[in-house]
Amino acid sequence: MDYLNSIILLTNFIIVPGITYGSQLALGAIGVTLIYGVLRFANFAYGDLMAFGTMVVILMTWYLQSKGISFGLLPTALLALPVGILLTIAVSLLFDKTVFEYYRNKKSNPVTFIVVSLGIMFVLNALVRIIIGPNDINFMDGHKFIMKAREFKQLTGLNEGLAIKSTQVITLVTTIITCSILFYFLNKTKTGKSMRAYSNNEDLALLSGIDPKKIVLLTWIIVSILATVAGTLYGLDKSFKPFTYFNNLLPIFAATIVGGIGNPLGAFYGGFLIAFSEIGLTYAYKKFFKYIMPENLEPSTLIQFISTDYKFAISFAILIIVLIFRPNGIFKGKVI
Amino acid sequence: MIKNIDFRICFSVMTLLTILVGLFQSWGIALSMLNLCLISAVMAMGVNIQWGFAGLINFGVMGFLAIGGLATVLVSVPPVNEAWSAGGVGILISGLFLATVVTSIFIINKKLSKNKYKNYFVFLIIILSIPLLKLIAGPSISKIESINAATSGFLGGANLPIIFSWFVGAILSALVAFVVGKVCLGLRSDYLAISTLLVSGIIITIVKHEEWLSRGVKNVIGLKRPVPYEVNLQKSEWFINLVQFFNSSKLSNILEPEVKISLLNQLVISSSGVFVKLCFSLIFLVIVFIILYFSEKALNSPWGRMMRAIRDNEEAARAMGKNVVKQHLFIFMLGSAIIGFAGAMLVTYDGLFTPSSYQPLRYTFLIWVMVLLGGTGNNYGAVLGGFVVWFIWIQSAPFAMVVINLFTGHLDETSYIKGHLQNSVPYFRYLIMGLGLLLVMRYRPEGLLPEKVIKN
Repeated sequence: MDYLNSIILLTNFIIVPGITYGSQLALGAIGVTLIYGVLRFANFAYGDLMAFGTMVVILMTWYLQSKGISFGLLPTALLALPVGILLTIAVSLLFDKTVFEYYRNKKSNPVTFIVVSLGIMFVLNALVRIIIGPNDINFMDGHKFIMKAREFKQLTGLNEGLAIKSTQVITLVTTIITCSILFYFLNKTKTGKSMRAYSNNEDLALLSGIDPKKIVLLTWIIVSILATVAGTLYGLDKSFKPFTYFNNLLPIFAATIVGGIGNPLGAFYGGFLIAFSEIGLTYAYKKFFKYIMPENLEPSTLIQFISTDYKFAISFAILIIVLIFRPNGIFKGKVI
Repeated sequence: MIKNIDFRICFSVMTLLTILVGLFQSWGIALSMLNLCLISAVMAMGVNIQWGFAGLINFGVMGFLAIGGLATVLVSVPPVNEAWSAGGVGILISGLFLATVVTSIFIINKKLSKNKYKNYFVFLIIILSIPLLKLIAGPSISKIESINAATSGFLGGANLPIIFSWFVGAILSALVAFVVGKVCLGLRSDYLAISTLLVSGIIITIVKHEEWLSRGVKNVIGLKRPVPYEVNLQKSEWFINLVQFFNSSKLSNILEPEVKISLLNQLVISSSGVFVKLCFSLIFLVIVFIILYFSEKALNSPWGRMMRAIRDNEEAARAMGKNVVKQHLFIFMLGSAIIGFAGAMLVTYDGLFTPSSYQPLRYTFLIWVMVLLGGTGNNYGAVLGGFVVWFIWIQSAPFAMVVINLFTGHLDETSYIKGHLQNSVPYFRYLIMGLGLLLVMRYRPEGLLPEKVIKN
């Protein structure tokens, strides 16, 4: 029996990837949930908004690289991030002015909003593919590993290695910074409180003199920042491919609803719940049990709940189970 | 803005456009476009029944299309006897097990409807059944997949004519829709949209990865056809005579017999492709007319009126004693059956089943654009939407090419921007679709052919 090795094994294959993927999902899910809470519709164009933001960041990264500017050990993309955020905000506001505002003033039903967001999804999808192409792009530069598995083994003398990529640390740090600022803003500042008030009860908020135009503007700005940051982090950690970003919309939706739609904190936890169940349920625990079980009880099968092919399906299944048993989400979102 | 467009004018315009494509591009292109237009029309009618008649938002179109496609494999492919003898029993037992689990969940739901802990029971059953299912089916699946992995590696089908598979696809889709509907239909519109989208994702994952069933990402090629094969046509006497008859003026101008024969051969080869597509077109046309006829009948029947009443005011309809839940489930199954039928038609026409090609953008949202653009709640509108959208989808690439060449004409041939834009021509169709949808939603939200409101 070897508990230390088993813990390292789980950290390496479940906890570290889970935290990284969870952070990326959480950032995305907070964006979707804010749109739902304030603007009151499920935005199907969100995955493509993420792709758009990331695309601008990549283009800017290439530009910086061609000028010979780099960020030392960190990826150049972090330097390019502000430009990406600004352009994504511009695009979001453009779509809001030209498309969503009309339906908001008309007080259309949620389905109309969904259909319109499908139209925007098509347009963004096309723009990203026309500008940067549909292929896989790896734009990670700088230092790749903070700790390599082999180095860890040599350092500690254990059987199991622990590899930590620098993108994983960057993701975690960025998420902590972004979320702390966001939650401070939502809970402590006057503007943030008025935003929550508007999301909670529109009429009452209007009566208290809250300017709805300002709230909508602010929401799009925050959402665009979150989309670009989440997209860039995902792209740095894995790679950028427009189709993957579109597909990521589905686990993000799952995280949003599982956490209770319209509830930012719930969306944050939802992201981690989805990420850890996707990774935890598809991991084969055979080696883990080898370490902690007595020798004569070693398992013969892989001890895997479901095969890795069904990774995405797990998040969908969780969502459907939550929808049936707790339609308001685990953390009590609201039904608008 | 024109208030009412007559559907006859619309369809005449579409026919004219197809003929123009035939004259200026080629008859092969025109007919294959027409065939896909017809299949799209069937899909759009399926969605229209759910969304236009009953107001149910189903973003799981892709999943039901894939089930229809799977049906073609299960029905028409000859069975792999070795695989059946190796693992058939195991698969049957696990199928039985799955059926027991599903029925027991339904029974628990019914019998213990008052019990507080009912949900936890159901949850426990689902969680426990997955590893058990793996344990039961696992050995037989690996046995089946190891038999002739390169060419078969799956159970195969029933070796029946492929036309049957269209109906089997419809029935399978309806069965899946029953389960999905039981689970999801109680949800509000936007939750229903998201959850059906995710369910279709699950269905695609299953079809893609259960190789013993569908060969998964290894694809099934060379499916049967309800129409003759080109190779056989080229050998048959009557077809050559037919080609000779149609091209008699062209052939009679040539005097040398050798040139004449080689030209005739060329003509036979090119027209055999057209003839096959023409046969498909006829079959599809008949199907579109049958479904259209019955949809129109249904829409104008007391049942259709009830469905519209439920759609427009659910509370009022319930107060009048209509069973809204039951009707919703029924119409969800009906629409999904038609979508499954179309899915089987599509795979039959392609002649191959490729699970990895199912993407929501192409197989769910594009169909929705068809319905919304054509006219919600109007069957002719759905058919028209299928035609118009597929026409634009196919013709937008050449169109974009022309536009790009127009704007970048002054640029050098080696210019980076020009080359890049020319490479990305296929993606302009998404742009056109998106802009089209946004414009229609803004300026003509009821679609090209609006729903007919009958006033008494």
